[in-house]
Amino acid sequence: MESSRRKFIKIAGISALGLGVKPVFNVFASSEEHGRKSEIKKSKDALTAEQWGMVIDTRKLTTAEDVEPIINACNKIHNIPDHQNKNHEIKWIWEEEYEHAFPGKENKYLNERIEHLPFLVLCNQCEDPPCCRACPTKATFQREDGIVMMDFHRCIGCRFCMAACPYGSRSFNFRDPRPFIKEKNNEFPTRMKGVVEKCNFCAERLAVGKKPACVEASNGAIAFGDLGDPGSEVRELLRENYTIRRKQGLGTGPSVYYIV
Amino acid sequence: MLELAIKGSKKYWGWVVALLIIAGIGFGFYLKQLGFGLGITGMSRDVSWGFYIAQFTFLVGVAAGGVMVVLPYYLHDYKAFGRITILGEFLAIAAITMCLLFILVDLGQPMRMLNVILYPTPTSVLFWDMIVLNGYLFLNIIIGWNVLEAERNDVHYQKWLKPLIYISIPWAVGIHTVTAFLYCGLPGRGFWLTAILAPRFLASAFAAGPALLILLCLFVRKVTKFDPGKEQIQSLAKIVAYAICVNVFFFLCEVFVVFYSKIPEHMDHIKYLFMGLHGHGSLVPFMWTSMILMFIGIILLVNPATRKNETVLAVACVAVFIGTWIDKGLGMISGGFVPSPLHHVNEYAPTFPEIGITIGVYAVGALVLTVLYKIVVSVKEEVSA
Amino acid sequence: MNDKNKIVIGLIIFVVILTFPFWYNMGKAAPVPEPKLTDKAKAAKECIESKEFMKSEHMQILDVWRDTVVRDTDRIYVSSSGKEFDMSLSNTCLDCHSNKEEFCDKCHDYASADPYCWDCHVDNPKEKK
Repeated sequence: MESSRRKFIKIAGISALGLGVKPVFNVFASSEEHGRKSEIKKSKDALTAEQWGMVIDTRKLTTAEDVEPIINACNKIHNIPDHQNKNHEIKWIWEEEYEHAFPGKENKYLNERIEHLPFLVLCNQCEDPPCCRACPTKATFQREDGIVMMDFHRCIGCRFCMAACPYGSRSFNFRDPRPFIKEKNNEFPTRMKGVVEKCNFCAERLAVGKKPACVEASNGAIAFGDLGDPGSEVRELLRENYTIRRKQGLGTGPSVYYIV
Repeated sequence: MLELAIKGSKKYWGWVVALLIIAGIGFGFYLKQLGFGLGITGMSRDVSWGFYIAQFTFLVGVAAGGVMVVLPYYLHDYKAFGRITILGEFLAIAAITMCLLFILVDLGQPMRMLNVILYPTPTSVLFWDMIVLNGYLFLNIIIGWNVLEAERNDVHYQKWLKPLIYISIPWAVGIHTVTAFLYCGLPGRGFWLTAILAPRFLASAFAAGPALLILLCLFVRKVTKFDPGKEQIQSLAKIVAYAICVNVFFFLCEVFVVFYSKIPEHMDHIKYLFMGLHGHGSLVPFMWTSMILMFIGIILLVNPATRKNETVLAVACVAVFIGTWIDKGLGMISGGFVPSPLHHVNEYAPTFPEIGITIGVYAVGALVLTVLYKIVVSVKEEVSA
Repeated sequence: MNDKNKIVIGLIIFVVILTFPFWYNMGKAAPVPEPKLTDKAKAAKECIESKEFMKSEHMQILDVWRDTVVRDTDRIYVSSSGKEFDMSLSNTCLDCHSNKEEFCDKCHDYASADPYCWDCHVDNPKEKK
């Protein structure tokens, strides 16, 4: 009696384990259909870098008319909603005055041109991003090429990353954004309510060999390239011009530079 | 012992039903929030945490405050507190329950909550906060329940509880330290970026928690046959007195550093809270009320004559509790977000549904507390009879 | 045993609640649905893998895809027959299967599965909305 019961439990246990493992085997087994395995790889056209970076030449972007097409290009391809309520605003790239883009750097007697120049601000794609440190689910994380990404599938909407970001670069979907998207780009997903979003350096475009939308729309005012490559366009610009970054004193290592 | 909670007077049941109704209304508002999104709250892109997280922060303090009765009894063998340790532990259970609910209602995607466990991230303070809060909840349930049951059966509590009790003491300090680390490790938020935040949180916790406990003791004595004891209440009052002094002292240290160094990134937040910034100052009256209440608390509690009068003591405890609540549950979170990192001033005020959900969560906490205290009082009455 | 009645009533309530799904759905059993293919999908003859495989594994594939695309930056799927596909729900899957109601929803509704894919991914990318 005793031994047969033990035997039964053993068999039951093993079969329960088997049932649990079966789907895993299924995936492996069936991916070998036709005698070949399926595989996953990068596109040949994909652009790669050690650390993507951006140099914004503010001398070439002097009026609202200069920056508007750049902002619109991003908004359009990324399905950024236009909320009427300012509290619910979603912004990936937008313009700020010098004193807001560079708080702490403002001078009492400031160059007149700089004072009201429209500075484009976006996620700085920091080398040591505090937002990634704060995220409790790795929904925001840093890729090998330095891009700080959002995994919208995983975000629980705790907004710790928003508190951690010293640049105010992150937005939260306080409500379903879809009704507020004027022109939908069907090739890029919208977001759902309850997740955080921000600029992704156009990771989806880099994957197919294109530069970010804002760079393309800037008529050469924004340069984009590999900060790790001494021969790249951005490194060339950084060698030849004096540039500033936002709050680099905090040690986050912003990858967006400004020529003023 | 749970059966003791379902044998009660009409008044008890009326109170329970009232709390259930309030919790139900809160739940109704929550369903609305679930459908629409967090847009029904007053939170914004600039002030991305609001009332919920502020209440959470304050209540972690109330929970940690329970250790102020546990520590003297178990560590220093201060026998008098043996009568009321259970009240402290059960208060902690109710407070932690509310903390967890406040985090839950603050999530944008609550269905994905378990991602925190599925993708554990030790670099995130929130991950550790989840561990310490749940750990503290279980410690208090296990310890409180078993010790009370032993008392009911007139035996000494189990030996294996002793290590858990010792662990629970530093653990209480841990929950509020980790909660402070949520804020004080963030670059670019000058208001929170101070090493004194965790000590300050603890000081205000050890004032608010025991102050509430005194009020609960006075209430229990009034409505039941169980008397928590005069000496016990007086000892608690001394704890509140010192803790609130330390809390105000820490705050003044902060004020000195900020206003003597005059670094705008740190100064502007306190300016916003106490003087208003660029014409925005909706919290100014609240913050000064908080300061005044805390000072009234200090005067009434430090002075032996006023402290020993239990009516005055009750007033002092109310003053301390509300004072620390405004400080943490109102100013602490908003103050960190205004002005924003880009130095824009966008103020925050909770909306009606947001307050409804908040009250609902408080009702659930009150319900848990009521049931637990009902059990305690029934056991105590049974034992003394 | 004076509580006999109470126990019986309690048991009845318990059994009713336990069997609720059965009598709630009584007489409502729907026939197994047959998802409809668009002309484009028909012309392609085969999906990225065989029909049987897609039937049972499409959710796992999509789960792997979304992780590899977002997190590992790999975006090309080479099927077991050697064909290459862009790993994109909107731009690859839903481009052929542009009839969500007739294709996706039919089985999902039947199986009472409610995936939130379409909260973000546009269900009919080629059609102007």
